[in-house]
Amino acid sequence: MSNTDNRGTVRVVNDHYQPSGKFHFISPNIPIRNEQGDLMGVTNPRDIIHIHTYGGEAVFFESLSKGRLLATRCDNHGCEACGSIFQPFRIHCPDCLVQATVIDMTDTAKSTARIHTFMITERTGAFNTLPKPVRFINVEFDRVCTILMGYLCMGEPEIGMKVVPIFNTRAPTYTILDLWWVPAGTTEDQLPENFTFG
Amino acid sequence: MITFSERQLAIPKMSRPVYLVTGGMSKFARSFPDKKTEELCVDALFEAAEFIGTTPRELKRYIHSCYYGHFADHFGDQLLGEAVIHDRLGLDPLGNIGIKTGGATGGSTLWEAYKTVASGYSDCVLALGWERMDEVPTDEGNNYISCAADKDWETPLGHIYTGYYAVMAQKYWQVFGRKEESFRRTMAEIAVKNRGYALHNPHAQGPLRITVEDVLHSPVVAYPLRALDCCLMSVGAAAVILADEKTALQLTDNPLRIDVAAASHTLRPADRRHMAIPLLPNETPDQYRDLAERFPGSDRYPGFTGFLAARMAAWYAYGMTGITDPTEDLDLVELHDAFTISDMQTYEDIGIRPYGEGRTYVESGDCYHTNPHTGRPGKLPANLSGGLIGCMHAVGATGIMQVIEIGQHLWGRWGEMHGDEKKWARFGRDKPDDWQDLQVQGAKRGMAVSHAGVGSHVTCTVLQHPDYLLSGGTFR
Repeated sequence: MSNTDNRGTVRVVNDHYQPSGKFHFISPNIPIRNEQGDLMGVTNPRDIIHIHTYGGEAVFFESLSKGRLLATRCDNHGCEACGSIFQPFRIHCPDCLVQATVIDMTDTAKSTARIHTFMITERTGAFNTLPKPVRFINVEFDRVCTILMGYLCMGEPEIGMKVVPIFNTRAPTYTILDLWWVPAGTTEDQLPENFTFG
Repeated sequence: MITFSERQLAIPKMSRPVYLVTGGMSKFARSFPDKKTEELCVDALFEAAEFIGTTPRELKRYIHSCYYGHFADHFGDQLLGEAVIHDRLGLDPLGNIGIKTGGATGGSTLWEAYKTVASGYSDCVLALGWERMDEVPTDEGNNYISCAADKDWETPLGHIYTGYYAVMAQKYWQVFGRKEESFRRTMAEIAVKNRGYALHNPHAQGPLRITVEDVLHSPVVAYPLRALDCCLMSVGAAAVILADEKTALQLTDNPLRIDVAAASHTLRPADRRHMAIPLLPNETPDQYRDLAERFPGSDRYPGFTGFLAARMAAWYAYGMTGITDPTEDLDLVELHDAFTISDMQTYEDIGIRPYGEGRTYVESGDCYHTNPHTGRPGKLPANLSGGLIGCMHAVGATGIMQVIEIGQHLWGRWGEMHGDEKKWARFGRDKPDDWQDLQVQGAKRGMAVSHAGVGSHVTCTVLQHPDYLLSGGTFR
């Protein structure tokens, strides 16, 4: 059996994590020596699987896989921020800390999303899975008080450019990478593999 | 529009004044295969002791509690690294604590140490910061740094922190720079200046003789930011001793007054909501009424062009110390030039220039040791250490290094600490034939800005010669 077979998976049963499989993979230390052959140190290899909860944001990530973009709104009439829509989705209003109302803003995104600012990079950190060049865009929407960061998968970004969300509905990762953006006017047949307009 | 209460905006009133007694630094480098972190920390503490003519053994006998800045457990691959260092420095049984606020860790460590002395808990404290960023390859290092962004919403998008600044650079360039090539050249000038000053600093990791063209033709990291727009990834340590007046005067004849203030803003730039621009003492309510007309696209504050945390840290610090105009009241600054764009943004956030006009601080020559246009001393020299771009960014040490550098100017000992041939030789570095003493003549006050994330935490540390304290402020 290879070192990475039987990689760990997790279920929640009776409100407890129930891991199965392997969550860490051991390989030996290797000495580090200088040009004279003196010992300077050792490598410390490790391969670990972490467990992570989305908590109250789980519904957001689940909805991406279904082609819907959820946000939240403060509905506390005693709060100055009442009526504010938050994207990124916030579990609680940042002002009153009352649990915010989950709303579906897919249609708002499709009709009003535009680029606030952007950047393009060929260099990424380890573990990047996005095709390069990576084009970050920061997306603003009508009636939303915040500005969402995202990935523009085609086209050249410009400030003010209209964009629409697309969703990895066919092979979802259940991460923010299930939400990409394309220039307005892009057709279904131009979308990357596994992505749809929802 | 979000607002703040008067209680939130109250200027801190400390119980007693606090003094910077001494400080010391290790060499800074991209890697130290031959030294453990504790060896670098010992180097820093030794230099601090020797600066005031004593020994670590003697100095330790004054220390009552310890504050350790060490940002990244995963870089150091050691949880409770602070306890390891504390033990190796032989400081048991003193109370100690680790402080982590990303890039502002050094400044925040000073903030905690300062409050401890000001409160009366301790008469003398150690504030020591370090970072170990050389034990993973650079792309893994970039991933580790990007873990300081929101791991569910931001980190997966490229695992590259520079990208989060690049979007700000793009917005700032288009709004306040009006897409002008001249603005981009001004940004590049910051990188030329800071790497050039690093030539005169034996501690510095990244000295370079470069031109604006070199910056503009360096490889793109995250467009529009290029490699020479970006700070260094470093290893090293820096230490200071803070004390109350009585203890400070037992250790040295000329301690400096120190005051530290801190502020914060959202970790995710995405969460920034619009607000009115909080005004500093040298600004007026009318000043920004037509900002969006003069600079179309600047209608959101702080949007992606400013740092609320820097503005508010300055607000508290200026109120505490009586600063009304930083350009007039200060003699030099050390700014957190993680990127040329963030340096530029900070000029405006801390009131050196009004919003939209940051570039004039560079273009006027005010930010230089010697104004290149007039040949006279710069009005408010910035980052004579070389900053994060030229000297280092060993994260936990950075904010402390900045304060030591300013202190050495106020003590009139910058040339002594940077020109020493033995130090250059000990660090294995060649002192340049054209080495220049960058001492700011007659410096009496300075300020360091330590900055985290995309502006999540910022501290402002003000140093003043005690004979030249500003009037005003919440106490003297």
